[in-house]
Amino acid sequence: MSRHQAVRNLDYEEVLDEYDGYEEEEEEGDELSSEDKALMAQGTAEVQTALGVEASKVTTKQIEEALWHYYYDIDKTVTYLVSKFISPPEKTPKAPKAPKATQTTNGKPRPLVGLLGGSGSPPKMSKLQKLAAARKKKAEEKSAQEAMEQTRTKMTELSVNDTSRAKENSPLAGAFGKRLKTSASTAEGRNPLTPAEPSRTELSQQPLVEISNEQVTAPEPKLVPDPEKAQPSSFAQTLFGYPSDTPRRKRTELYPLPYADFAPSVLDAFSKPSPDDVVLAAQAKVATAGKKTAVPQTKKKGPSADAVAGEVKGLKIEDAPLPKSKNLDVLSEFEKSERKKTASFVVVGHVDAGKSTMMGRLLLDLGVIDQRTVEKLRQEAEKIGKTSFALAWVLDQRSEERARGVTIDIATNRFETETTAFTILDAPGHRDFIPNMIAGASQADFAILVIDAGPGAFESGLRGQTKEHALLIRSMGVSRIIVAINKLDTVEWLQERFDEIRHQVSGFLSTTGFQAKNTTFVPVSGLNGDNLVRKSSDPAVSWYTGATLLEELDNSEPNKRALAKPFRMTISEVFRSQQNPLSISGRIDAGSMQMGDAILVQPSGEKAYVKSLLVDEAPSDWAVAGQNVVINLSNIDPMHVRVGDIVCDPAKPIPCVESFTLKALAFDFLMPMQVDVHRGRLHAAGKIESISALLDKVTGSVTKKKPKIVKPGMVARIVVKLGLRVPLEAGQRVVLRSGGETVAAGLLE
Amino acid sequence: MRFVSKKQSLTAIDPLAGLALLPTEPEDMWHANNLIAVSDIVKAHAVRKVHVTTPTGSVTTDRVHTDLTIRVTSTFFDPAASSLHVSGVVVKENAWVNVGQYHTLDLELQRPFTIWKNDGWDTVALQTLTEAINDDKPEALVAVVMQEGIANICLITDFQTLIKQRVESAVPKKRSTAKETSGGMTAFYEKTLSTMLRAVDFSSPRPLLLASPGFIAQDFRAYMQSQGALRADKRLQRIAKDSVVVHSSTGYVHSLNEVLKSPEVQATMRDKKFTSESKLVDQLYERLRKDDGRAWYGRDPVEKAVMEGAVGRGGGVLLINNAFFRSLDLPTRKRYVALVDKVKEDGGEAKVLSSDHESGERLDALGGIAAILTYPLYDLDEDEEQDDRHEGSAQGEDTGGVEVI
Repeated sequence: MSRHQAVRNLDYEEVLDEYDGYEEEEEEGDELSSEDKALMAQGTAEVQTALGVEASKVTTKQIEEALWHYYYDIDKTVTYLVSKFISPPEKTPKAPKAPKATQTTNGKPRPLVGLLGGSGSPPKMSKLQKLAAARKKKAEEKSAQEAMEQTRTKMTELSVNDTSRAKENSPLAGAFGKRLKTSASTAEGRNPLTPAEPSRTELSQQPLVEISNEQVTAPEPKLVPDPEKAQPSSFAQTLFGYPSDTPRRKRTELYPLPYADFAPSVLDAFSKPSPDDVVLAAQAKVATAGKKTAVPQTKKKGPSADAVAGEVKGLKIEDAPLPKSKNLDVLSEFEKSERKKTASFVVVGHVDAGKSTMMGRLLLDLGVIDQRTVEKLRQEAEKIGKTSFALAWVLDQRSEERARGVTIDIATNRFETETTAFTILDAPGHRDFIPNMIAGASQADFAILVIDAGPGAFESGLRGQTKEHALLIRSMGVSRIIVAINKLDTVEWLQERFDEIRHQVSGFLSTTGFQAKNTTFVPVSGLNGDNLVRKSSDPAVSWYTGATLLEELDNSEPNKRALAKPFRMTISEVFRSQQNPLSISGRIDAGSMQMGDAILVQPSGEKAYVKSLLVDEAPSDWAVAGQNVVINLSNIDPMHVRVGDIVCDPAKPIPCVESFTLKALAFDFLMPMQVDVHRGRLHAAGKIESISALLDKVTGSVTKKKPKIVKPGMVARIVVKLGLRVPLEAGQRVVLRSGGETVAAGLLE
Repeated sequence: MRFVSKKQSLTAIDPLAGLALLPTEPEDMWHANNLIAVSDIVKAHAVRKVHVTTPTGSVTTDRVHTDLTIRVTSTFFDPAASSLHVSGVVVKENAWVNVGQYHTLDLELQRPFTIWKNDGWDTVALQTLTEAINDDKPEALVAVVMQEGIANICLITDFQTLIKQRVESAVPKKRSTAKETSGGMTAFYEKTLSTMLRAVDFSSPRPLLLASPGFIAQDFRAYMQSQGALRADKRLQRIAKDSVVVHSSTGYVHSLNEVLKSPEVQATMRDKKFTSESKLVDQLYERLRKDDGRAWYGRDPVEKAVMEGAVGRGGGVLLINNAFFRSLDLPTRKRYVALVDKVKEDGGEAKVLSSDHESGERLDALGGIAAILTYPLYDLDEDEEQDDRHEGSAQGEDTGGVEVI
């Protein structure tokens, strides 16, 4: 047969049929298309809800099987399942159905796909129909996009931050809150799964609580038909897709929210899960399979263009319920609370001045640790021939620190006096670990400078880190300093030695910028505990009549806290425990926060929720600036959280910058060169890009433009460029180091 | 890199016939990048997609292998992959391509290319060529600069510092028990070691430098040794044994200059190009600190100093980043070449530093050009200041009386 004949003999219909058949076969193949999967998930969830308690009697697999056979017809599936698996004679507990609301899209009828109680087979679309539908969809998308643009501009006018979760967690203004409430409740009514979805419920609860007086609903959840069924706005369509993607008709019950109409004072009564919550939670467990389809829908009401411009990503629903916020007014809570004042102090000084040992002794004498622990440590220390290090080991817990007899990283511990709860930050003295020391100093209200009074040791310390540490803590903003002249027992408590050291040290402290009234000197013996907690009983030290170290600490007034500023905290540690997959700790630099808050981690820009928090290792609902906290986070990948990052208020995030201008005091020659930038735990590599001006030390006016070099002691405005984007903002204190030396410190402009 | 023709020599380059070169190792791409300047003509093998329309009107697309000659408009060098892309306009027609069409040549190893220098081979170009042709290349040095949780694995050749890989690992801090911290450190060492062995070829012995603040480098070396013993890996044991532990103040790459300065490195690697360059930049910084008028940076002051003959016999050094000679317009390049020539004429030293090196990067911070003078000169930057003065007075007020500390 020639080719022409073959063509002539070709039976088009047959070929096309074959082709169609092939297509169908592909559709019905083992592999479910993503659309099918979505339908399946939705269907399964619906069936499970419909079955209610009985759902446990059937497996998901069985439901899916049944759904597949009934082409996702829920009713039929439910009937089948009940008759087959759950007590055949009994009637299926069907979910009540509200009157059907006709849903239209842009005035055109929705394609009749998969109506409930239909013929049992999904209506097929001809190719032409498909094409027409595709075109229509395209056109709609286009118009929707335009609408969205309009909405966006209006949204910016409203100055609403772009992530809706942030809005829901922040206190809302009346009008906006009202709008949010409606959109939230619409989402409730529209989506059959929502009542069972704890995260949704809680999300929408928060704004509702805020504006509870405005809404009057029944206190107990009951089913109310949704009165205001409207078509989804084109904006909503753009966000959540063309309605025909989710062709199943929505059930239209509305679950009004619990607590919605209670006065805030009553709300505390509901801090525990109510019976309804328990039911909801139980349903949630069943319905998690359907979470994918539980996409909240927003709708536009009137010309005010108040659609929630949330990233869909931000709205994605997690398995774990979001932490619940109590919406406390943290600052007033803080004022009400009669806690002791809190203060942190950093212990600095040259390496081997006896910082850790002194703190170990302090903790022992205060009874924070017991004698037995110290004895145990002493035995361990004896094993490696370092008996005198036993007290230091209270704080130096790392094996490297113990083996080498130096502190490497900041160690924290706490104790309380009658008036104050203190946090000790024991800093390393070795020059290589100054970055860690800076991290400690940045968290401190005041400092103890430990000086070794031993012959020769003081002098070498002065050349070494004593000066650098003093300089650093001053530039980190610490103004109160207690100088503990240690190891005086090794020189028979000679008053001459004490005076000599005191004279020299006060000399350089005043040049560093410490005022004389903020500087005190105490002669101590860290190893034996003289003048730490108790006055020394040694007659040789009877010449000293001043206060002990502890009394001096008690007399110190902590810095003012920036309570009203936006929340900021530098992460000092990231760790995990069995209960909490991700916890961070640090001292709150500014502002306040509470359980359930959303926080933003910079520079990664990821959002997390505060699941719970500990203040000074005790659980708490809130925390304010100056407190040392452990925050247990949820809804974030640990990858995005690193030591040195900053967590902040998502509404007022800290910017990430690549270069910044610094008003710096030079400790060494400055010229365009590579430097390390330190800010608390943050440690980044960068370079001085240019020196814009030399400034007058007192008036701050420009004395020379574009100098070639900045000499030590001069103040200059310099531009620093960083290798990576780093969270920094104006007013922060930054230390620049180069080649292992501190070269400058200053304020960000 | 070598000449394609055996007869070719450095001294007799025929400007019309061009210079045919054969890159043989990845580093040669870096040299080629320095050699090829904008508006030079380069001929090399090319693969081009060609559309052919048959008389019947059907269009076929073919990939053809051909030689193309282009006038360079830009170059792009990827240091990590050591690949060089040269873009330009075709200047010589062939069966597939017309004059004036654009093409980007991807220079490949073991494929010759030919250069015609637009402005002839000046001294800087010749010096680059000499370096490129030189066969006597010492083994590249491997350096691992680390701090707790961060390690930078670098390969230091005579011309480049390649950051092969950066290792980051979260090490739990003190809060958690001591055991966890040491576990974290072990995990970090393991990650660093496996990354290093993957990133660097240790099949032939090569020097390894370990640098860190504190004890991390030491511990890492001990870890390598114990791992070598544990796995009965002779090679790893040898690497660990031959490695040198040096102190650095941080784990960032810019600490490399501290590493290269250290006596341990100086003793073993005295003859390397980068150590001498590093030393020169140190000298320059030292002089700048003294502010004795014998060190200047920035284009204008250096140019003035050179023209005055201050960079000459007896310690005069001109330092220029090689980036200045790449992809610059012709007059600017000529100006810098003239500076180099003038210094050489005066008997001074003219060093073209590789911008891909630590020393080059430090010089880059100073504007890419600096000079150590034989005798002090003052107020070379005077003119600049006068220019700035009028704008300065306007801005001077906003600074206010804010205290720095």
